[in-house]
Amino acid sequence: MDATVVILFLAIVILTLFITYYAAKRTKSTGDFYTAGGGLTGWQNGLAIAGDYLSAASFLGIAGMIALNGFDGFFYSIGFLIAYLVVLFLVAEPLRNLGKYTIADMINARFDAKKIRGAAALSTITIVLFYMIAQLVGAGALIQLLFGIDYWIAVLIVGVMMTIYVLFGGMIATSWVQITKAVLLMAGMFIISFLVLYHFNFNISSMFTAVKTATSHGADYLKPGVLYTDPLSTISLMVALVLGTAGLPHILMRFFTVKDAKTARSSVITATWTIGLFYILTLFLGFGAAAFVGQDSILAANPGGNMAAPLLAQAIGGNILFAFISAVAFATILAVVAGLVLSGASAFAHDVYGEIIKKGKVTDREQMLAARYASLAVSVLSIALALGAQYLNVAFLVSLAFCIAASANLPVILYTVYWKRFNTAGAVSALLTGLFSALILVSMSPSVFSPVEGAALFVGEPIFPIDNPAIVSVPLGFLAGIIGTLLSKEYNAVRYAEVKVKANTGYRDAN
Amino acid sequence: MSTQPVTVTRKQKEPIDFVKVEESRQFKNFMHAKKKFIVPMTIFFLVFYFTLPILTSYTTFLNTSFFGDISWVWVFALSQFIMTWVLSTIYVKRANRFDEMAEEIVKDQLDEGGNR
Repeated sequence: MDATVVILFLAIVILTLFITYYAAKRTKSTGDFYTAGGGLTGWQNGLAIAGDYLSAASFLGIAGMIALNGFDGFFYSIGFLIAYLVVLFLVAEPLRNLGKYTIADMINARFDAKKIRGAAALSTITIVLFYMIAQLVGAGALIQLLFGIDYWIAVLIVGVMMTIYVLFGGMIATSWVQITKAVLLMAGMFIISFLVLYHFNFNISSMFTAVKTATSHGADYLKPGVLYTDPLSTISLMVALVLGTAGLPHILMRFFTVKDAKTARSSVITATWTIGLFYILTLFLGFGAAAFVGQDSILAANPGGNMAAPLLAQAIGGNILFAFISAVAFATILAVVAGLVLSGASAFAHDVYGEIIKKGKVTDREQMLAARYASLAVSVLSIALALGAQYLNVAFLVSLAFCIAASANLPVILYTVYWKRFNTAGAVSALLTGLFSALILVSMSPSVFSPVEGAALFVGEPIFPIDNPAIVSVPLGFLAGIIGTLLSKEYNAVRYAEVKVKANTGYRDAN
Repeated sequence: MSTQPVTVTRKQKEPIDFVKVEESRQFKNFMHAKKKFIVPMTIFFLVFYFTLPILTSYTTFLNTSFFGDISWVWVFALSQFIMTWVLSTIYVKRANRFDEMAEEIVKDQLDEGGNR
């Protein structure tokens, strides 16, 4: 591989991490970021929200999806976008008002039950694993392309680097990582989109005309139905995308990091515009890649299409833009993975080890040690799984994490805040049913079993016909919550009144 | 929205009776106003969203041309973005009003009846 590209890449990655480190140190001295707002303006906080929302996997994955499948790839962009409205209208405000940022903590505002903690921790760790695999596959493909080494060596290198970063770097100011990344990512997207449009003389219509003949799909490329021929698969994917975000632990954690309502609102506006623009621009990236890189080259670099965006950068912006885009994607993955490993590890160390095994009698040191071991375990496990997932599109892998979040976490979050009769039994049944029905159905789906050798993990007929099982597992999660609740006599109207009043008014005992 | 003071005065240090707050007219009005906004809005954007995959799965009329090679399905897709921007702007405007109502409840009831 070109030495200038490698040097530029490393320089930009190091620079990004340095900016982040410097900004983080400054924030730390101005006060506690989470409780005091840390002097973050609404604008900055909006970028942090957007940064969390726009993972590099979706950047690499969606660009590839659109490049290879045209309109059907754009479904991902639309789904992730509308998901933001679900979070905004139904979940963000009550969560912020209850002063809880993790799912287990929020459910515990209403029920004190170890069983729920355990179930919530289990679903959190599973979601984290799927998300991790997606990021590692993306990063592995990137390093493979840049350095021209084997995929498995690339994944190992990236995986070890990430583990070291998490174990020694810790969580210092993931917010600033997200702000830095959001700005760089948007800048990269704008530059690429501008260059793509420039090549079409800023005529969007002629861009559409050009991609009509650019791929093997022909005119069908511009129509829905290239990838999703079966109506139920399409709708099922759309269900997972739109409902999943509201159940993702690391997104909810960050949604409102400023306490002041007015600042929070202005950050919502910034975040909406940033996220919306990002997903519109994915269209130019995808179309650009189809027109200027070509289907064959995209598939040759990575069978999942994950390298479409970096390859496009190289094709229209030369090695400098290629190095820049790769570095931004890589730095982003590093940051996202750090946050993911930590939320998985804290679910284990805090909820499982601290509260359940040690029954709350645990010193800070013991808990830290447990968190480190858990981080190590999460990293090793996801590296092992990522080695087998090379050929999958990362946006698809992310959509599976979304499916679990929508099936297991969302029902419990909504019921906890909005349903008076809801109880412990209902919460545990919804969490476990949602989680396991999603997992079991995926393990029987065409992405795991395929009659064509090499197309999936195993050779065989898929028992369940749809890749993303949300259309079945989400209703099952909601239904299990209702049945579990009604089968148990437990009912506490007083506790619900407290949760309801607090969730809606933002009143806190400590005020 | 009435801002009448709470009728019950509690002793200091006594825990807040959240059931009473929940059943108060003031809180009920607040919840009603919130529901009247959030429920129809949520139904609207979910229906609008799912209309896209349903139409593309079961019909083909969105494939007709809007302008040159740009078909109506792209226009519909773009309208989802516009809807998101419009709805979140409306939400922020409304939420500022709901904040005022919530503050009144905190001031009139919770701060009066709590241990603070």
